[in-house]
Amino acid sequence: MSAENLYKPYVMKIEKITQEAPEVKTFKLVFTDEEEGKNFNFKAGQFGEYSILGEGESTFCIASSPTRKGYIECTFRRAGRVTSALARLEEGDTMGFRGPYGNTFPIDDWKGKSLLFIAGGIALPPMRCVIWNALDLRENFKDVTIIYGARTVNDLVYKHELEDWGKRPDVKLITTVDPGGETPDWKGEIGFVPTVLEKAAPSSANTIAIVCGPPIMIKFTFPVLTKLGFTPENIFTTLENRMKCGIGKCGRCNVGKYFVCKDGPVFTFAQVKELPPEY
Amino acid sequence: MATERKILKKESLGPLFEKMNAAGKRILAPRKTGEQIRFEPVTSANEIAADFVQSTASAKWAVFPAVEEMLSFRSLDKETKLEAKQSKPQPTVVFGIRPCDAAAFKALHAVFATDYKDDLFLDRWEQITLIGMSCTKADDYCFCTSVGGNPGSTVGSDILLTPLANGDFLAEILTEKGQQLVASLDGLFAAGGSDIDKESLLAKVTPKFDAKQMKAKMDAVFNNEKLWTRQSLRCIGCGACAFVCPSCSCFDIQDERYGGKGQRLRCWDSCGFGLFTLHTSGHNPRHTQAQRWRQRLMHKFSYGPEKYELPGCVGCGRCSRACPTDMNILGHLLEIAEEKL
Repeated sequence: MSAENLYKPYVMKIEKITQEAPEVKTFKLVFTDEEEGKNFNFKAGQFGEYSILGEGESTFCIASSPTRKGYIECTFRRAGRVTSALARLEEGDTMGFRGPYGNTFPIDDWKGKSLLFIAGGIALPPMRCVIWNALDLRENFKDVTIIYGARTVNDLVYKHELEDWGKRPDVKLITTVDPGGETPDWKGEIGFVPTVLEKAAPSSANTIAIVCGPPIMIKFTFPVLTKLGFTPENIFTTLENRMKCGIGKCGRCNVGKYFVCKDGPVFTFAQVKELPPEY
Repeated sequence: MATERKILKKESLGPLFEKMNAAGKRILAPRKTGEQIRFEPVTSANEIAADFVQSTASAKWAVFPAVEEMLSFRSLDKETKLEAKQSKPQPTVVFGIRPCDAAAFKALHAVFATDYKDDLFLDRWEQITLIGMSCTKADDYCFCTSVGGNPGSTVGSDILLTPLANGDFLAEILTEKGQQLVASLDGLFAAGGSDIDKESLLAKVTPKFDAKQMKAKMDAVFNNEKLWTRQSLRCIGCGACAFVCPSCSCFDIQDERYGGKGQRLRCWDSCGFGLFTLHTSGHNPRHTQAQRWRQRLMHKFSYGPEKYELPGCVGCGRCSRACPTDMNILGHLLEIAEEKL
């Protein structure tokens, strides 16, 4: 008899809850078992199964950076059964977490390159992990550019961090909201992410592009990046298929020969182009 | 190990079950209830269904139950106590499993043992011994010989029995587990059988297509939307095919709560269900039944074989027999097999 059950979650304590946007919260989670916390390691891009016993499990990326030890963060929008139950939790409550699962952004291979982050809406969280990972090792990279858009000003997540990134001299931040989503005092761009990207026209020379967003944004962003000279091998994204097990068994995130959970969630545009359009 | 041949006399069948029972083994064997033949716990050889081509459902549940507890929990106020499942599965003998189903056990094992080791499955697997039964009859739904099997295939079985004309059985002892079982049943398996022409006793199943070429053909027709739509037009997405399939391994995870207690359950699922891939946002990567039917065939004949180097379909024919709208997988596969590469 084996000692471990693959599906047994860690019991995590919610140390802090941040309301990021309407219906969007960030949980800062710490391990209730110190030993488990010490042995826990992950890399940028990995995800987990977050759960409430009796309600079920839900899949989100780990939104904090592996350079920040001792805790993990997740950011989610209240949408279904599990996220609705999670949204009712309070600081000090406990919840389940299984992970880390999936592959990672090859951030070690990006040393000496410039990084271009492009995110839309609730897809900034998977990228925030990489952004902080890169910023905590800032000397390893050349230019860092972040283009982030949401429907409205209110829907932008991590507002406090956007402000910090905007003030840093070593980060170029461009924020945008969809037309009509602006407020009278909005200082950022107005327009869809692909349009704003085209206007900003960042250089593709020695640059890696990381793109996360809703399928429609991804669809219109890839051609712009191609026009700017990015090769498919230098564009990275994460796929977000529905998952249950997270470890390549339950079958639902199967796209072509890949399980998004185990072979992904990080893919290059070169790989995505070869996949059947089932993501 | 080298295969060893022995004879199991028909009068030894009763004592075989008695001894296995006495040794504390659970025996699962095909039993007839009404029109259905299912693998169920039995204690005596008299309970076994005889003279049938294929059981209605497979014996898959012996290693991968339709519903199983993954963990349980108790809540008291705000504190939740978690109990991961820790029961040791009972030693089990599956008696009379068809060669196609035994091959499917290998396909299941590949999924649950590759990369992450799934102990819920593997703990049961370790406790299981498969006594296969060669087929002396087949029907028009059978196509094992098109997917690498045959009516007397030893693949997957620990012991394979082949019925002889006089009612006795030729026994092939194939694995260490099989050897151990035979040794524990001293005297029941008699010497002999080396001169028996096994082939002549088996059902004839003519190969209809070449499974080795199927991956290339599947990949070639992937974008042929008309083909997938036409083939799946009758599909009502009921999932019966997946639930009778011996090699389907996809599952769902669901929580159930009764007052302060509850369980996290693993339940069989099907790629034929629209909910299988539906995102909470409403986006569904496979939003038509044609895409879901394509996924079923691609998984079994392209993705699975590429990943695990094993056929994902064993040609048992159950999905076609069970389909309420009479879709026949063999007919559809033949259409794809005719594709010129």
